[in-house]
This record gives sequence, C-alpha cells and structure tokens, in this order.
Amino acid sequence: MGLRDRLLGWPVYRQLTGTDPLGRGAAARSTRSAELTARTQDADRVARSVCPYCAVGCGQRVFVTDEQVTQIEGDPDSPISRGRLCPKGAASRSLVTSPLRQTTVRYRRPYGTEWEDLDLDTALDMIADRVLAARADTWEDTDAEGRPLNRTLGIASLGGATLDNEENYLIKKLFTAMGALQIENQARI
Amino acid sequence: MADPPHRPTAPAQSSLPAADPAAGAGWVDAPPRMGFFTDTSVCIGCKACEVACKEWNGVPTSGLDLLGMSYDNTGALTANSWRHVAFVEQPRPAGHGTAPVAGNPTGGPAGPASVARSADTVTPTGTEPEVLPGEPPAAARTTEFLGMPAAGPPGRTGSAEGRSDFRWLMMSDVCKHCTRAGCLDVCPTGALFRTEFGTVVVQEDICNGCGYCVSACPYGVIDRRVDDGRVWKCTLCYDRIGAGLTPACAQACPTESIQYGPLDELRERAAVRVATLRERGETQARLYGHDPDDGVGGDGAFFLLLDEPEVYGLPPDPQVTTRDLPAMWRRAGLAALAMTAAAVGAFLGGRR
Amino acid sequence: MANADVIVIQGSNMAEAHPVGFQWVMEAKRRGAKVFHVDPRFTRTSAVADAYLPIRAGTDIALLGAVVNHILSNELDFREYVLAYTNAATIVSDDFVDAEDAEGLFSGFDPTTASYVQDSWQYAGHERDSGSGHTARERETAAGLRHESHGAPVARQVQRDETLQHPRCVYQILKRHFARYTPEMVERVCGVPREKFLELARAWTENSGRERTGCLIYSVGWTQHTVGVQYIRTGAIIQLLLGNVGRPGGGVLALRGHASIQGSTDIPTLFNLLPGYLPMPHHARHPDFDAWVDGIRHPGQKGFWGGARAYAASLLKAYWGDAATAENDFCYGHLPRLTGDHGTYQQVLNMIDGKVKGYFLLGQNPAVGSAHGRAQRLGMANLDWLVVRDLFMIESATFWQRGPEVATGEIVPEQCRTEVFFLPAASHVEKEGTFTQTQRLLQWREKAVDPPGDARSELWFFYHLGRRIRAKLAGSTLPRDRALLDLTWDYPTHGGDAEPDAEAVLREINGYDTTTGRPLSAFTEARDDGTTAIGCWIYTGVYADGVNQAARRRPGHEQDWVAAEWGWAWPANRRLLYNRASADPQGRPWSERKRYVWWDAEAGRWTGRDVPDFEVSKPPSYRPPEGATGSAALAGDDPFIMQSDGKGWLYAPSGVLDGPLPTHYEPAESPVRNPLYGQQANPTRKRYDHPVNSTNPSPPQQHDEVFPYVFTVSRLTEHHTAGGMSRTVAPLAELQPEMFVEVSPELAALAGLTHLGWAHLITARAAIEARVLVTDRLVPLAVDGRVIHQLWLPYHFGFEGLVTGDSANDLFGITLDPNVLIQESKIGTCDVRPGRRPTGTALRDLVQDYRTRAGIVPGAVPPAVTPGVPVEPPGPTGDGEGNP
Repeated sequence: MGLRDRLLGWPVYRQLTGTDPLGRGAAARSTRSAELTARTQDADRVARSVCPYCAVGCGQRVFVTDEQVTQIEGDPDSPISRGRLCPKGAASRSLVTSPLRQTTVRYRRPYGTEWEDLDLDTALDMIADRVLAARADTWEDTDAEGRPLNRTLGIASLGGATLDNEENYLIKKLFTAMGALQIENQARI
Repeated sequence: MADPPHRPTAPAQSSLPAADPAAGAGWVDAPPRMGFFTDTSVCIGCKACEVACKEWNGVPTSGLDLLGMSYDNTGALTANSWRHVAFVEQPRPAGHGTAPVAGNPTGGPAGPASVARSADTVTPTGTEPEVLPGEPPAAARTTEFLGMPAAGPPGRTGSAEGRSDFRWLMMSDVCKHCTRAGCLDVCPTGALFRTEFGTVVVQEDICNGCGYCVSACPYGVIDRRVDDGRVWKCTLCYDRIGAGLTPACAQACPTESIQYGPLDELRERAAVRVATLRERGETQARLYGHDPDDGVGGDGAFFLLLDEPEVYGLPPDPQVTTRDLPAMWRRAGLAALAMTAAAVGAFLGGRR
Repeated sequence: MANADVIVIQGSNMAEAHPVGFQWVMEAKRRGAKVFHVDPRFTRTSAVADAYLPIRAGTDIALLGAVVNHILSNELDFREYVLAYTNAATIVSDDFVDAEDAEGLFSGFDPTTASYVQDSWQYAGHERDSGSGHTARERETAAGLRHESHGAPVARQVQRDETLQHPRCVYQILKRHFARYTPEMVERVCGVPREKFLELARAWTENSGRERTGCLIYSVGWTQHTVGVQYIRTGAIIQLLLGNVGRPGGGVLALRGHASIQGSTDIPTLFNLLPGYLPMPHHARHPDFDAWVDGIRHPGQKGFWGGARAYAASLLKAYWGDAATAENDFCYGHLPRLTGDHGTYQQVLNMIDGKVKGYFLLGQNPAVGSAHGRAQRLGMANLDWLVVRDLFMIESATFWQRGPEVATGEIVPEQCRTEVFFLPAASHVEKEGTFTQTQRLLQWREKAVDPPGDARSELWFFYHLGRRIRAKLAGSTLPRDRALLDLTWDYPTHGGDAEPDAEAVLREINGYDTTTGRPLSAFTEARDDGTTAIGCWIYTGVYADGVNQAARRRPGHEQDWVAAEWGWAWPANRRLLYNRASADPQGRPWSERKRYVWWDAEAGRWTGRDVPDFEVSKPPSYRPPEGATGSAALAGDDPFIMQSDGKGWLYAPSGVLDGPLPTHYEPAESPVRNPLYGQQANPTRKRYDHPVNSTNPSPPQQHDEVFPYVFTVSRLTEHHTAGGMSRTVAPLAELQPEMFVEVSPELAALAGLTHLGWAHLITARAAIEARVLVTDRLVPLAVDGRVIHQLWLPYHFGFEGLVTGDSANDLFGITLDPNVLIQESKIGTCDVRPGRRPTGTALRDLVQDYRTRAGIVPGAVPPAVTPGVPVEPPGPTGDGEGNP
C-alpha cells in the first residue's frame, strides 16, 4: 500500500478532508462496517418451509450457505403469517442447529445402566426383529367366537402430530398391515 | 486500518440540528433517517423480538434465572439482550379513571401516505399496519366502539373486595438511537458511529472496551459483555437495513407493536395513533422519545406508552450526558488543534 | 377472523399459544371488533382483550348455556337462518326425558355400563333407528371422532313445526333445557359477576345477525375435559342460533397446538380411524366389507357419505394394490379389528400390566406431555423394547436412568428390562413433506439441508423398516403375513440415504386412476370397482393434474384475502366450510357486508370468493325427489352437506354419547357440589379402575377437603408442549427458565407461600415442586357462597434439557371424555404447601399419606352416577355389546 492510499484511508485524514470533520459518521465507519451485508443476501439457496411448532402454519424461509442453515425467518409471502413469527418460530434456526441435538443412534440394553453406541443399520435390523417377535408372540387370529381379529396388541405407538402427512400415511399403512392397532398421537392428548 | 481517529476540535453534535443527524455526521445524500416506533398498546409480550434479534445478531444467552418480575426473565437491556420486553402487573387504586382493559383499542388506519411509504421497503415485510392484502379500503372500522364498561380486573368482587383494577402492561424496549447520543459523544475510539440511516452503531472491530459510553447513556442501554469486554447494543440491524430489509425484531413482531420505517413517517403515524387511543378513552396514552426538543434531541426509537415512563422503567426526562460538552470543547479547542497537527506528523513520520 | 365484529376467546390463551394467528384478532380489533376473553387466569390474551371474564375452571357450559338462554328468552336468534339451516323446527320423540327433569341424567341411561341407549333421543317417529342403540361400545372406540368430518346418521323425513311452538320441537326443548342457566346461576357456578356475563351476552348477540358476525375461538382449554365435546357443542349451538356458521367472520375455530395435528387426524395415527375418517373395523359389527361400508354410509342417508363405498374400496386399493380386487372385497380381510378401547391411556395401563411388548415414540414425549406422568414412566419401564425417535434426548428416552421414579426407588436401572433404541430424527428443514395446519390447509415444505449424522425422516425409517420386515417374511405362508406381503411398498427413493420420495407418497394419498395412473382431481371421481386407488379421499385434489397443489405459494399480497392459491385446503381447496350458509335460502348474500358465496342465477351456478361448499350447479330451489339418497337427497337450501339431514344440529339425536344437549357437570375432580343437578360429574365419563390411577374425592364424596384447591395447566409462549423443542433451545430456555406456579396474593397468605419461594402441590397421584409467582392475575372466586382458589402451572417442564423442573402432568389422573377419549387435564384438585417436596421414598410416603387421609382405595373409581340420583333403566334395547 502506498503512502497516498494509506493517507487516504486513514480515518483522521478522511475526517479532516471529508464531509465528516467531527469523525462521528462517514469518516468513522470501519472497513468491516462498510463491507457489511445481510447474510441472507449471500445465501446459496432459500427453502420455503413451514414452522414446526403450533398449528397456525406460519411460512418460513430457510437460508442455506455451505450446507449450513444460517437463518430462518418469516416468509412475507404467506397470507397466514405475513412474515411474522412468534418466539418459538423465530428460534427455529437454534432448534435445528442446537448442539444438544442427538445425531447418532443410542442404545440401552436391558438392565443396562449406560447408553451405548449402535450402528443405524444394525439398529434398524434389531427393531425389525423385535417387531416380528412381538407380533408373533401376541398375534390374535380370531376372537372367542371365531370372528377375525387379525391383530397384535403387543405393539403400541404414540406420535405424529408434528410429522408430515406423508410420514403418517406410511406409518398407518405399515402398522395396519402389521396388524398393530394401538397407534395413537397427540390429537388424543 | 483500525487506527482510532482523533477527536476533532469542534462543537459536539449536541449543537447540531436534530432533524438530520446523518447529514451532520458527514453523510452526503443520506437516505431518510430510519427508526422504530414501538406501540406498546398492541404488544402481547411474546418476546419474538428478543429471540429474532438474538438469532440474527448471534447474541449469546443472557442467563437462566427466574427473576420473578412477572414474565420478564431478561431483566434489562444488556450486552446480551438488545431487545427487552418489560412486563408490568399494575394494580390501580380503586376508582382511578377509566377501565384500563376496555380502553385499549388498537386504533384507526394510518394516513394513506404513510401506509404507502411504509409499504415501500424492498420486500413486503408484513409490518405495514392497517392493510390487509387485497382487501378493499372500505374494510377498516366497520363497527362502532360500544363504549361498554371495562371488564375489569379478574374477580374484583366478593372476597377480593377492596382490590383495585388490574392491568398488565408490556413493552419491548430497545436502544433509543438518540439524536444527541451521549455514547457517541464520549467514545474515544470511533467505535461508535452515526450511520447513514441516522442510527448509532458500535463497531465491534474498533471497540476497545474502555466503557466510557456505558455511563454516558441516559437510558442505561449500552453495556459491556463480560467475556470479551467490548460493548454491545442494538444496531437497528445495520446489515439488514443496508440491504433494504426490515430489522429482525420488527419483521418477527406478530402484532405490529414494533414498526420500522422512516422516522418522519413513524412520527406521523404515532401521532394519529395516540390521538385515536385518547379519543377512545385511553387518556394516559402518550408518546415517549418522539420529541426533537427533548433532552436527547428525540429518539430514533420511540414509544407509545399507556402510563408514565417510570412505570416501564424509563427515565421521565432523559438528558444527554454530554450536554455541557460544547462549552468545554470551545475552551479546549486551541489545544486540541495543536494536538491534531502533532498526530498527523506522527502518523506520516511513523509510516515512512 | 379479521372479518368478525365480535370475537369470543374461551378455553384458549391465543395470544400466548398462537401469537402469529393472534394478529388477525388484533386486525379485527383495529377495525372495531370487540374482543372478549374468558379464562380462569388473566393471561397475555386478557391483557389486550376489551373485556376479561375470570371463570372457575370446568364451568364453561354453565356460562355458555346462559348465553343460549339469553338468546332464546329474548328471541335474539337469527330466526330466518335458524329456521332454514338448523334442526330447530324438528319434533323430537315423546320418549325423550331431559336432564332438567331427571337430576342431570337424560332418558336411556344404563347404569350397568354407565352409558346411554339413544333411542328415546331420536326425532319423533324414528325411535328405533338411532343407528347406534346402545352406546357403550361407541365410547370404547372413541367413535365420536369419526364425526370430525361429518355428522351422525339420522332418518330421512322428519316432522317439523315451522312456528317453533310445538312443545317437543328442538327450539322449545332447548329453551326449557337452558331456562335455569341464568346470569345469577353463572355467578353462582362460574364465579363470573352477572354484569360481566351480560356484557358478554349483549355484545355477542348485538354483533351477530344479517349484517354482523361473531367468531368463537377455543383450544385445548375446552377439549381436555370429561365434558369437552359438549363444551364445543354449546359454543356451536350459540353460533348456529346467531347465524354465525358458514359465514365470513363467524365460526367456531379450534386452534390446534401442533404443526400437523390436524393432518394426524385426517391421515390418522389413531387407533380407531383409517385415513379420511373411515372407521377401523370392529370385530362384531363389521364382519365383512359390505357391513363395514354400510356402517359408514348408512344406506338411504342424505349427504356426501353416500360415497363411502368408493372411498373405502379406493383406500384398500391404495394399500394392497393388485392384490385388492372386487372379488376379495379389496383385501378387507387384511384389516385388524377393534374389540374395545385401544387408546393411549388404555395402552399405558396395559404396559404396566405387562401386556405390551414394544412401543414406538415418534416425536412425542409422554413422560412429560401425557396425563399421569408416573403411570407413563412405569409403563415404559415394563416393556420389552422401546423405540424413541426424536431430535433430542427427551425424558421418555431416559426415564430408566434419570426419571423421578429412579429417585424414589420405583425404577431401578439394573432391574429395568426395557431395551431402548434412540434414533435421531430429521428436523422440519431436513426433509420435505406437508403439514396440515389448523384450518385444514396443507402446505408443502421444501428441504433445505440433509439431516446430520444418523438422523433420518420418519418417511425413511418406516419405509426401510417395512422393507426389512417384508424381506424377513418373504416366502412366509402364514395367513397373518399376507397383509404385509401384499402391501404396495415400492416408493422411489433418492440420495445416498435412499430417502423415499415424499411427492410419490402425496400422489398416492391424492389418489390415481389404477388403469391409467392419472392423478384424480376430486373425490367425486372415486370408484368402488377397483379403478381408483386413494390414500385419503378428503385430500383428493391436492395432487390434481399431477401438480403438487400444496406447494403453491402465490404471495398473499397478490391475492384477495381468501388467498386460495396458497397451499391447498381440504376438501376441494375450500377455505370456509359450509359456506352455502353465507347466502340465504334463495341463494342471495344475507347482506352486502357479509357477502361470501352466492347463487348466480344467470350462470346457473354458485359463485363467490371461495370454492362453494355445495354442488356447484344445484339451484337453491332444488328439492330432492322421493326416495333420493346421498347428495341427491340434499335440498338446494340444505347447507350442512356432511350432516345427514343437511341441517346444523342444535340438538343431537345421536353422535354424541353424553347427551343430545350440553349439560353442566362438574369436572371429575372438583371442590364444588354441582349447583345445577344431583348428578355431580359426567355420568358417561371414561373411568379406569387401575391401582395406579386414583381420583381425588369430590362432593358429595367424603374427604374432598383434603384437596381443597383447583389447579389448571397450560402453555407459555416461550415453550412448546413437553419442552422437547424449547427447553433444549437456548434463546427459548432463558426466557422461561424454571418451573413455577402462579397463585393469588390471598392464597399465598392462606397457604404461607412467598414470591419466588418454593411450593409443592400434592394430588392422589404425585407431589411436585415449583417456584412461586404471586400475582394479581389469579384471583379467588366467590362460588356458591364460598371462596375457590385456583392455581396455574405451565406443563412444559421435565428433567432433561437446558432448563428443568417437575412435570405438572404428573399431578393428573386418567379420566376421559366419553366421545373422543381425551383426558381431563385442564383441571384437578390439589393441596399446596410451602417449601420443596420431599425426595426419595419420603415423596411416595407423602402422597400415600394424602391418599389415606382422603380415604382413597387403590383401583377404586368414584361412582358414575352420584348416589341419590334416581336412575330409570332403559327399555330392553341393547345388551351393551351393541347387539339389538
């Protein structure tokens, strides 16, 4: 950097020669401040989403940079929410990026006192085995009068009110085919 | 290039015209002064503003303490809370004025001009009051206010006899972005500066944590963060508004309690609003920080309150702490000029 | 909502629980609407309402019934609307005896099953075709839920008196039923001063009618009661009498608390339903496909359920594809059968009894969020295995290690055999799919990023679990495995994780022509011959023309206020249900101000701002021919097209199990003797006699003074449900960092509590501790000559997360509404004492001490019928098993 550039860049010089002799505004602005942009402007992409908390269904815009969620804010296009969010909706980025989130499978064996690690594929296989075993142990073909029951009361499920319709559809379809009746969710609670 | 600029020998800004602090700070062709109008009469105390601010600005958590101040567990504006919602549970003496809750309507439409202007931000932010998308204008105010007696307070009869009316006031507080900003006046490093929008912003790359500004703030807003020593406060989302966006708190606010826009227009809107409220019997409704002739030259973030400012924890008559500075500067002028010359010499010499 | 002239919020703390939705209330207020809030506690909603009425928890029917009385005794109903669109003129059977004349029991009560035989409730001349007869089984299967989308069956032709003077017409019955529900009674029962009540009643009636409309908003503050369905019915009666249904600014709006809780009943994860409110078959009642279908559509009925056979066949076709043929009744035999109550609370009691092997928790945290937390945790500790799928390590995953029962010694990790799998779930931005929000609107979410680590969507988990199970069963010849092996289970996947394509699933939900694959556009295209497959018939149209209609996002400011091009609403993208009622019987708008949908005589079709909720070309003058059924039987002025008579029901001859008219009963636990009837509580409430489930005594039982206070629980803005998505998130956790209890200054003085000090609350189930907030927002109420103190607690806290505390739901027992089997968790009785609760075994000793003093015997349930109330056994109609 030449002397001239350095002189021109020096705040005091700008202050003395520019429009801001008091050095309180234009002259005092740092390089960082001058180059500041809204990080949403530089996002790689924006996903149009819906708040996961209550059932008002507020629109959200999810800003992604380098495969990281950098901001979630209200979608002004939504006729329901008009860009606004409540504190929970406004905290959505903290929700999805929370350091407390579990990102690996955890396993507690019967009578165990601590969690253990488990491979996802193994876990899925173990669960499939247990479902089939519970089903076999508790299967009811018919009632006392010989009327069909086609079911197991040995398996229960609770959840779904924060899941997608497509997910609930597959859950209900699979459980029903499995003969598992005791499928419930928050709507009962 | 973070060299601290030296303080000039000139009157402090306190003596400059209040109307356009950006121009007074050397901004040529500055955009209109931007600010917040926080209408506490529609605040539901949800704290979306607090959270949206933290999410955008990466403000750290301010502690997990139950304070017992109604639903306020934030406590105050601090380096780690740039918006703060105050909750005031207010028993009132029996027979005091009109019923507080019923007299809390939300006002008539703003003038068409101000609506149009507030709609003129880059993205529709949802903060334009009174306008339903696609709704014909005739929709506003279709019923008369019935003027019924208030519901008062929960169960003020029977066993609870003798207890007075009750109301629950909520207010989202924020840095006032004063026209005459004490913090800015005393900052020795140039970390605090006046932006082209007329707002007052701390530059984190310059602040050295000297803390002079902390005692200079008449509202007790600006605050040092314990772990890094620097001071932090609301920037009015300098990065967002520079990109034509609405500040995070105003964008989130579900009920338009926090409105963002050109200060002139917000003042116009607020005047209409306070008149409407008074007309509807809210005699205590008042504006706070809107007056360019007050002790800080008017605030860039001003409020509509439903009671005395002290009730909300606001100073009733804030004065810029540096109001005597102009005289002091005049006395010190000559000496400072000499120092400046010396500094120029030192700079050029030092880099050679 | 923004179009309302008056808004009544009751059983909901909308500003706190639905802040962004509340902008529309503020919008209406800005335009001049008056807002009322009725609640046991002064909340952030009350703070901005025009008027606040404090009410004793659990007495809403007394207050609303008095509004009905105010309307009827002053003839303030919207008469033209009431006559044309409700069943006010219909004559009811001679056999009907009102609860007013029988100490709170209606005719037909069967004391052995504590349920009603509804024959005497029917319209005159139809006593034998209630279609349900004995209702004990309906209660077990939560049959009331089926009526989420449609009314219960009723006979074709009914006797009417258009003058409304006949003593047995619904109007007059209603008038007599609520005659004692006076402002004075409201003061006595609810603790609401009569002037306050009259202010509400006047504002509601003055702002309803031809030119004006009023809107009623409720949430779980109404549903979580043993009389919850009747709360809502009372509200609906008011809205029908005032002409506030099917019109802009009107309605009875339920605000639901979870992103897709509406969707999870439409496409249910509920034991008694299949998608689109088709009932899960019952072993005795639905032996074959025809019996099942007829049980839904009731041959000869009016209304759109006439198409039930096509909806049912299409669902089975979607499930079992090529294997489902008309010849094999579309694999109807594959469906499992109900025999009784298989609801979540019955399941938990069965877990405690060792009857359940495995349990899936899918984004749900019953250890904190369900009533009787201790029972929940004890049940989970007695499983073979438990699968928890969640974002965070929630209490329901760690109960065996860190739960309160570990501290009391009731659960010992080394002796607890439950094998626990915790599988991390994908968040809402890490997968694509639709949520259905509270007004039936489906909105598609785009995926933003991949889920981290092992986190996966439920779509992934269940698709791949299903694949594995089917692979393990391949070659099985067991009949029970046919349903799994025949299942259509071949969704396309993408990405390295083989994520199933959610749009492909949505397409199946929408339905398609099985011969061409063309997506269907409307449920009217459904066929019963196997040529259509539809996953959820009420959602047909969401994928019309092969386009994901739920993904439509035309900005709101580019549309009118109905915003029909944002997402997709079921049914048929209709935003306001029963909107035919927004026009008069001749099809003209009731008024210019409230113009919404009307008949365009020149064009010969219904038109307006919304999709008409009516056959679009059926003129107002249409009268059904003799013998017509289904939709053809609905006249041109029958706006309630899913009701079997096309009318709004002021009086429900069937479909509601605890009475054709709402009646004030005290909650299952109350310190107050019912001031209106000898019958104390809902006689048909679902009670569980299990040793873990004790109920505090209520008058006239002895020892009710052991639990002298009323407590109620609800949400804070800053937290979400059981806290799994808020106590784990720093910017939310810090806003409400600790469990607390709110008490009035009077109660604080009485019980020796100090602000910010500790208190503990005790019920027959549990003792929990909380910090004390003394506040004027709670006040003692003068009720029937005594002072009732109410306490309030948030229910968000548990022992995991950034901020922790005891769980309010631990305080509740299990007693349910008979219609939908929702628990009473908005009110209970308790004692409160200063200081922290004991720990370790001393905690159980304290609770046991209270039980002993209250004379509670484990497993003994309070009587259904209050002693002293005369019971007239019903005629020889049913056997309690539903067999005539």
